[in-house]
Amino acid sequence: MMPVCLGVPAKVIEIRRDGEMRIAVVEMGGITLEVLLTLGEEVKPGDYVIVHAGIAISKIDDAELESILKLWKEVIEGNSTV
Amino acid sequence: MNSAKQHGFDIRERIRRLYIVNPESKRIIERIAKLAQQLGSDVKIMNFCGTHEWTISHYGIRTVIPRNVDLVAGPGCPVCITPGLYVEELIRLSFEGFTILTYGDAFRLPARPTASIKSLAEAKARGGDVVVVYSFFDAIKLARSNPGRKYIFFAIGFETTMPCTAEPLVKDRVPKNLMILSAYRFTPPIMRWLLESERDVEIHGVIAPGHVSSIIGASAWSFLVERYSIPTVVAGFEPVDILLAIVFILHQLVHRKPRLINEYVRVVRDEGNTYVRKLISEVYDVVDAYWRGVGIVPESGAALKHRYSEFDAQYQLGLREPSVVDDIMPGCRCRDVILGKVKPVECPHFMKTCRPNAPYGPCMVGSEGTCRIWAENLPQILNEVAI
Repeated sequence: MMPVCLGVPAKVIEIRRDGEMRIAVVEMGGITLEVLLTLGEEVKPGDYVIVHAGIAISKIDDAELESILKLWKEVIEGNSTV
Repeated sequence: MNSAKQHGFDIRERIRRLYIVNPESKRIIERIAKLAQQLGSDVKIMNFCGTHEWTISHYGIRTVIPRNVDLVAGPGCPVCITPGLYVEELIRLSFEGFTILTYGDAFRLPARPTASIKSLAEAKARGGDVVVVYSFFDAIKLARSNPGRKYIFFAIGFETTMPCTAEPLVKDRVPKNLMILSAYRFTPPIMRWLLESERDVEIHGVIAPGHVSSIIGASAWSFLVERYSIPTVVAGFEPVDILLAIVFILHQLVHRKPRLINEYVRVVRDEGNTYVRKLISEVYDVVDAYWRGVGIVPESGAALKHRYSEFDAQYQLGLREPSVVDDIMPGCRCRDVILGKVKPVECPHFMKTCRPNAPYGPCMVGSEGTCRIWAENLPQILNEVAI
C-alpha cells in the first residue's frame, strides 16, 4: 500500500486526457499507474517526475545541478564562506 | 543545450551516480565532524518531514555524526496531526449510508472511541462502509462507476496532496456523488507557530521538506532565515542529501551567515510549482485550523471555497470542527514528539503498549510517523542510544 505522503520518482510512459485533466501513465518500481499531471511546464513521455499521492507534482531536472555541486565542493573542501 | 547530454548519460544515471552511489559521503561525514568540533556547542537540527526522518533512521545517520549535533523530527507527518474528531465523524457516517474513501495511512488512525470503535479500520470490521484508495483520481473513478452511492473522500495531507482534489474540481471532473472532507494543512504556518509559541524548543537549523517545497517553492522558507536567523536547507531524500543538508547548516553556523539553500535542485524550484500554487488558491481558502494534540494554528488550514460547497462534506453535512486539544490518548507523548521536544523512546507507551501492529498514538500509525519510523528501525536507533 502506498503511503499518502511519500514522493516517488517515476518515468512518464504516456499522456492521456480525462476531460480537461491531463493524466500521465507512469512506471515506478516495475508497476504502471495513472496519475494526475499537474505541471504547468511541458512534460513528455520519457521524462522523470516525482509522484505523490497519485499526482505528478514535479519534473526531475538536472539543469540546476551545477550550482549545488559547486557549493557542495566548496563547503567540503572548506574554502567557502558562503 | 540539454545538460544531460553534456555529461554523456541520462538524468537518471547522473542522479544515481551523484546521490546513490555517491563516493563522497565519507568526506562529507569528515567535514561534518570537523565543523561540529569547531562549533563546540550543542546543535539541534529539525528535520520537518517524515520521509527525512525515515532516511535518517533507516540509514543510521545519527550514528555517523558527532554527539553534539542532534537531529530531531518535526511536525511533518500529515497522518499524525490530522484531528481525531474528523475520524470520529467519518466513523459515524460510514454507518449512515456513506462510503468513506481514505488513504491507507489514515485507515488505522485512532480517535476517541465511538461506540467502542476507534478507527476507520475497526468501523469497516464492524460493518461500516470504508474503502481504501490510492488517490483522489481512484476515488473519482469509483464514484463514477457507482452513481447510486454517496462517497466522502478523507482529504488529508500537506500542500503536496492538495492538487489531487483541486485539479479535478477546477476542471469540473468530480462526480456529484463524491464529497470531500478537507483536513489539508499548510506547512510553513506550523513552523512559524512552533518558533513563536514553543519558546523552549531551541532550533539551530532546519532541514525543510523536499516535496512540499516542490509545490510551495524553496523561497517559502525564507522567513526562517529572515525572521529567525535559522540556517535552512531544502533537501532531497537520499542519505547524501541529508548529509549535505547537515554540512551546509553547520557551515553556516560556524560562519554565522544563516541563509536558505536549496539542495534539492533536481526537483525543487525557488518559486515551486506555480500552476499548482494558483490551483490551490482558486479552490481553497486559508483558514485557522486545528492540529492534533497541538491546537489551533493560525492560517494553516484549507477550506473549500463557497463555489465548491456542493462537494464540501463539512458544509453539506454540518460536520463538527475540532477546537480544543482532547484527541491525545492518556500518557501518549505524540504532541511532544511532533514538536521536537522528546524522542519516541521517552514515551512510556513506545514499543510497550504502542507498537506498529497495534498503534496507541497517532505517531505510530502512518509510515511518516516518527514513532512508527523508530519502531521499524529499532536496531539503528538502539545503536544510537547505546553509543
